[in-house]
Amino acid sequence: MSSTTRPLIDARDVHGGYGGMNILNGVNMTLEADEVGVIVGPNGAGKSTMLKAAFGLLHINQGEILLNGQPIQNLPPNQLVQRGMGFVPQEKNVFPSLSVQENLEMGAFLKPQNVKRMLAQVYDFFPPLYEKRRQPAGELSGGQRQMVAMGRALMAEPSLLLLDEPTAGLSPLYMNEIFDRVKKINAAGVGILMVEQNAKQALAIADKGFVLAAGQNRFTDTGTALLANPDVAKSFLGG
Amino acid sequence: MNELVFFINNVVISGSVSGSIYAIGAVGVTLIFSIMRFAHFAHADMMTFGAFMVLLLTTAFPAAGASLGVPTAVLMLPLAMLLTAALAVGIDKIFYKPLRAHGVKSIVLVIGSLGVTLILQGLIRLFSGTGAQSLYVDDRKEIFRLALPFEGARAPIVVTEPQIYLFVITLVAVVALHLFLNRSRLGKAMRAMSDNPELAQASGINTHTIVAVTWIIAGALAAIAGTLLSLDVTFKPDLSFFLLLPIFAAAIVGGVGHPYGAVVGGFVVGFAETLAVFNWSVLLRPFRDSLPLWLELPSNLAFVGTEYKIVVPFFILVAILVWRPTGLFKGKVI
Repeated sequence: MSSTTRPLIDARDVHGGYGGMNILNGVNMTLEADEVGVIVGPNGAGKSTMLKAAFGLLHINQGEILLNGQPIQNLPPNQLVQRGMGFVPQEKNVFPSLSVQENLEMGAFLKPQNVKRMLAQVYDFFPPLYEKRRQPAGELSGGQRQMVAMGRALMAEPSLLLLDEPTAGLSPLYMNEIFDRVKKINAAGVGILMVEQNAKQALAIADKGFVLAAGQNRFTDTGTALLANPDVAKSFLGG
Repeated sequence: MNELVFFINNVVISGSVSGSIYAIGAVGVTLIFSIMRFAHFAHADMMTFGAFMVLLLTTAFPAAGASLGVPTAVLMLPLAMLLTAALAVGIDKIFYKPLRAHGVKSIVLVIGSLGVTLILQGLIRLFSGTGAQSLYVDDRKEIFRLALPFEGARAPIVVTEPQIYLFVITLVAVVALHLFLNRSRLGKAMRAMSDNPELAQASGINTHTIVAVTWIIAGALAAIAGTLLSLDVTFKPDLSFFLLLPIFAAAIVGGVGHPYGAVVGGFVVGFAETLAVFNWSVLLRPFRDSLPLWLELPSNLAFVGTEYKIVVPFFILVAILVWRPTGLFKGKVI
């Protein structure tokens, strides 16, 4: 890891949306390497849209996003993977007819020479996947699928992992497990930017928190500071 | 005993022959659908094109195979596969890729492929003439007669040389495709893209490469199927008319998007055809004496006449679309 002062990701005044309608109206987001950033906010605030914008899945018509100092706005996803970004969508995040191991292999499609080493590492993060490695991913439970999806993204050795509501629809048991894994992945040197509905739990593990509303930053602070802020608690964390 | 031989010759062998050809054609249709999500109607004409390339090459070098002891047409098949794969990639570049880039609905691509059908068929007809031509230009079609070692079995089982090549090449093609899809990095990426194209892209898979690979495989397989059919009978520029319906029926029976389903579907349609035109009266003849007197055995007891064979895949197609539109292996709905 280099000790430059350049942030891992630096989004400045991002405007964008689908087909002329802007959903993002000036979002700012900065994350240093090795940090966990959490985006929270009410429905329709543009949380997932911001992640998709960062991953080139939606057109940015104003502002810029820098990854390690390089502008990346509106680059296609496969180039972003090459530059060290990984994305885990909220839904349809596995290849259902492929086995668990084949799903993981697809994550390292651009770096086939790393497959063996990264498989060992991913199975280390998610031991249950090793036992299920020959099973089609479509047969797994929601929590296990989320693990496959995160594992797939990790296979490309990203420096920044984007997670879109990784605990959506999971039982509390799996939810804790996923948060636990996120911390572990981050400890291994991967920056994390995630959108979460379970705001309190997510902010508790966040270095930085971004509260979005109507496509703009409402509050931006450390995770603990946001949790302690009575205004944030009242309007966004359900009291 | 002779009735059994008759059954083997007319159902088992000829069902396997058409089954193999439909299977290889249907695999191409199903692969194209699973990657590009449209029914490629020009597929049967790519088959004709492959056979026509073999015909051209064989006419140009009629004696090439003799020194190696194989029919020249079989020797020329790999070259024809390359040419047809190149044609498929070229057609995609010129016709389908611009349509996809505009984000059109899949029906637009389907209609586009009908246009490609007409172009290809016209071009082939322009150069080949309208008549039937044998791919055995300078070679002799060997016919093998296997006499059964039973008392009273007078009629032999008849297999021709091209039919043997057909069974062997079909087997090799299916095994090779299986290994490609399950063992190779590109093959797995193809299955991944078929499952979830957005996620494939998000994984860094270059979808343009996968599309090109799909056309190469589909083109090469089309050349095999067209050539094997023309070897068994003859080459005709309107071969595709008799292939289009059965291969789509086979792909849908197997479940669109399932390569193995397409293979099974091909054989289902092939055997259904031969069983429907088979004269069942022949098998009942030995029991004629034990039948009641009022029941007279007609001389022909086929479900449909040979000349109406094409209604069989049509019937299967309608039946499967009504009762099980996802096909035997739960594919996508076309």
